[in-house]
Amino acid sequence: MVDKTLELFDCGHRACGGCGAALAARLVTKAAGTNTIVVSSTGCMEVFSTPYPETAWKVPWIHSLFENASAVASGVEAALKKQGRNEKVVIMAGDGATFDIGMICISGAFERGHDFTYICYDNEAYMNTGIQRSGATPYDASTTTSPAGKCSFGNKHPKKDMPQILAAHGAPYVATASIAYPADFMQKVEKAINTKGPCYVQVHAPCCTGWGFEGEQTIAIAKLAIETGLWVNYEMVDGKVVKAKKVVRKPVEEYLKTQKRFRHLFKPTRQDAEIATIQAMADRNAEKYAIDIKLKKE
Amino acid sequence: MSLAVGCRARPGKSRDNKTGSWRVFKPFFDREKCTQCGLCVTLCPEGCVHETEEGFVAPDYTYCKGCGICAEECPGEAIEMKQEEK
Amino acid sequence: MMEITEGSHAVAEAVRLCRPQVISAYPITPQTHIVEALADMVANCQLDAEYITVENELSALSACVGASAAGSRTYSATTSQGLALMFEVCFNAAGMRLPIVMSIANRALGAPLSIWNDQQDSISLRDSGWLQFYAEDNQEAADLHYLAYRVAEEHSVLLPAFVCFDGFILSHTYEPIDVLSQEDIDRYLPKFTPYERLDAADPISFGMYATPDYYLEFRYEMDRALKESKAIIHKAGKEFGQMFGRDYSAMVEGYRLEDADTAIVAMGSICGTTKDAIDEMRDEGKKVGLLKIRVFRPFPSEDVAKALAHVKRVAVLDKNISLGAKGAVALEVKDALYSSGIPVKDYIIGLGGRDVRKKDIKAIVELVEKGQGDMFYGLRREVL
Repeated sequence: MVDKTLELFDCGHRACGGCGAALAARLVTKAAGTNTIVVSSTGCMEVFSTPYPETAWKVPWIHSLFENASAVASGVEAALKKQGRNEKVVIMAGDGATFDIGMICISGAFERGHDFTYICYDNEAYMNTGIQRSGATPYDASTTTSPAGKCSFGNKHPKKDMPQILAAHGAPYVATASIAYPADFMQKVEKAINTKGPCYVQVHAPCCTGWGFEGEQTIAIAKLAIETGLWVNYEMVDGKVVKAKKVVRKPVEEYLKTQKRFRHLFKPTRQDAEIATIQAMADRNAEKYAIDIKLKKE
Repeated sequence: MSLAVGCRARPGKSRDNKTGSWRVFKPFFDREKCTQCGLCVTLCPEGCVHETEEGFVAPDYTYCKGCGICAEECPGEAIEMKQEEK
Repeated sequence: MMEITEGSHAVAEAVRLCRPQVISAYPITPQTHIVEALADMVANCQLDAEYITVENELSALSACVGASAAGSRTYSATTSQGLALMFEVCFNAAGMRLPIVMSIANRALGAPLSIWNDQQDSISLRDSGWLQFYAEDNQEAADLHYLAYRVAEEHSVLLPAFVCFDGFILSHTYEPIDVLSQEDIDRYLPKFTPYERLDAADPISFGMYATPDYYLEFRYEMDRALKESKAIIHKAGKEFGQMFGRDYSAMVEGYRLEDADTAIVAMGSICGTTKDAIDEMRDEGKKVGLLKIRVFRPFPSEDVAKALAHVKRVAVLDKNISLGAKGAVALEVKDALYSSGIPVKDYIIGLGGRDVRKKDIKAIVELVEKGQGDMFYGLRREVL
C-alpha cells in the first residue's frame, strides 16, 4: 500500500509560483510512492528540480537527454527485470519531449511493450526554452515561434492526438487528466502504474508564465479547459474509451479570454471566425467523447 | 562537500533554496472559516502547506512563494492574500 | 581452446562471457553478425540477458544508459552512421560516468555513403570521454572486451569504452582464436559492482544539470579519470597476461622498433599488414619499425614519446582525416614528439575501405625517407 501522505517532491524547487507542472510532479510522486524510479526528460520539470547539488526528488531519478526518456526507461525496466527487483518505472516528460522530439523513442518503447508508466505533463509549448510551440500547442495559441501578428492568428495546427496514437500502439491503459482534479489524476496514475505494460497519462498542466495569466488562476483555468470541451478527461482500456468526464459546457470564449496567448482573438477586434473554428473543435470533442450533460428541459 | 561523480545528488539540498524570499503576497489562514477540507494541502505546488498539531493547516513560510492558488481555491474563503511587509 | 571463427562471432562470444544483463541492439553493416549471434545465444538460453531490439541507435545507447544506471552490466554495438546518430548520447553516457562497453566495427562515414572500413567513426568521438581500444586482429578484438569492462567498471575510472575493430577486414574474416571459458572470465571479470545505482532504498538523482560554477570541475574530473585509467589499463592488462598468456599492459607496442631509423605509427588491422611489410623491408636492409597504438583514448603521449625518441623520422598511417586539417593520429603523435625535433609525416590511407597492401607501406617508407608526406596516399588523380 502506497503511503499517500508522503511528500516525495521537496520544497525549494525553482518552479514559477503557481506552476502546474510542479503540482503534477508532487501528485505523481504521491500516487506512485517510494518504490518508484522516475525517468525524466529535459524540460521545465527537470530544470527547476535539479540544479546541482540541489535536488527536489526524494525517489530515485534519472535524466539523460531531451528525446530519450522512453529508451532510458526501457533500459531501466530491463535491468530491474534481470535483477529481480520490483521498483516501478515512471517517466515524466513534457509535451515537447513527448509529442515532438521523443516520438521515435516513445513509439519504439510502446511497441516493445515495456512495463512502465509514461506521464506527459502538458503545458502546451516548449516552456523551459521560452514558450515555443510544440505539437501540443492548441490552435491559434500565440507562442514565440507561432506568434500572433498582422498576418497570423498564431499556431496554425490543431493539437496532436497523442493518447490515441499510443492506444494504437497497444497500450493497455491510456488516460487524460488535469491538475484541476487532483484525486482523479492520482487515481489514474495509480491505475497506470498497476497495469502491466506501457501505460500513458497525459495531464493538463497550465503554465501561468507561458499562457499569460496570474499564478493563482492555474486550477481555475485548468477547470475551464475541461468545462469548455477543449480538454477532455477520459480513460481508454485496451484502446476503447471507457469513461469520459461529463460537463455542462461553457462557450470556448470563457476559457480563451483568460489567457494572453489568445488575446489577439479579442483585441484589437474580436475574431469571430477564429473563435468559431475553435468552438467547432470543442464541439467535435464533445461529440466524440459524449461529454455533454443533457439537461432536462423544464 | 566533494564533487559527486557524474553530477548526482541524494535528496535534501533543495531545501537550502529558501523560496519564501520570492514572495510579494503572503497567504493568511483564518481558522474560524477553515473547514479542514485539505484542498490547500493537495493543491500547493510547493507542498509546503501542512496540518498543524491542532488539526488546522499552515504554510511553511520559508518556502511559500505566495502564488495564491490556495486562497483562490479554498471553498470556505478562509485564506487571504495580503501584500507582505518586508 | 583454439577455434577458427569469424571476427564478429569471436566478439559475440567474448561479450557472452562477460555476462551482460542487458543488451540493446540495432543492426548496421558490418556489425550485424554480432547482434545476430547474441540474439541467437539468448534465444537458445546460452546467454541470460534481456535483449532489447530498439528502434534506432540513439535508443540503443539510451537503453544502455538506463540499464547501467539501474546497476546492470550492459552492452551494445554499432558503427559509422549509427554511432553518429548516437553522438549526443555518447557525451551523455560519459558525463554520467556509466561504464558501458560498446563494440565499434569501424566503418566510413557518409556522405558519400560507404559500408567499408576506415576509422573516422570512432575517432570523430575522441572528445567524448569514452576510452578507445583498437584491435589489430580478431584475438585482440575479443580480448579487449574483457579488458574494457574491467577498466571501465573500476570505481576510479567509471567511464564508458569503445572496443574498435576494422569493419569487414576483421569482423568478417575467419582467424584462429583462443576462446576462453566462462570460468576463466569469471575469474578475470568479477560481477559488476556499481558505484551507485538507481535504487528505492537509497534514492539518488542522476543526470542533474550543472551551472557555470560547477561544469568545468565535472569535466576536469572526467579528464582526470581518463588519465588515471592508464594505470588501471596497465594493471588489468598485465593480469590478463598472467592468467591467459596475452599481455595487454602496454597501450602501445613496438615491432622491430628498438633499432629503427624510420618508425611507422598505426592503429588497427593495418598493423598486421605493416608488420609483414616491415619484415620484407628488414630483409632488404631497411631499419624500419612499427609503433602500434592499441589505446587511443586516453592518448599514451608519454609512451609514444619514449618509444620514438631514437628514430630519425616517423610516418603516421591515418585511416581518418580531420577535414581541413590532418589525420587525428598524426596530430596526437606530433604533439607527443613536439620538443624532440623528429619529423612526422602524415599519410591519409585506406579511406572508405580502399585496400592497403604491403607495397603501399613500402612506398610510404620511401616517401618519408625523401621527406615527402602530409598527403592522401594513393589519390587517383585520373578520376578527379
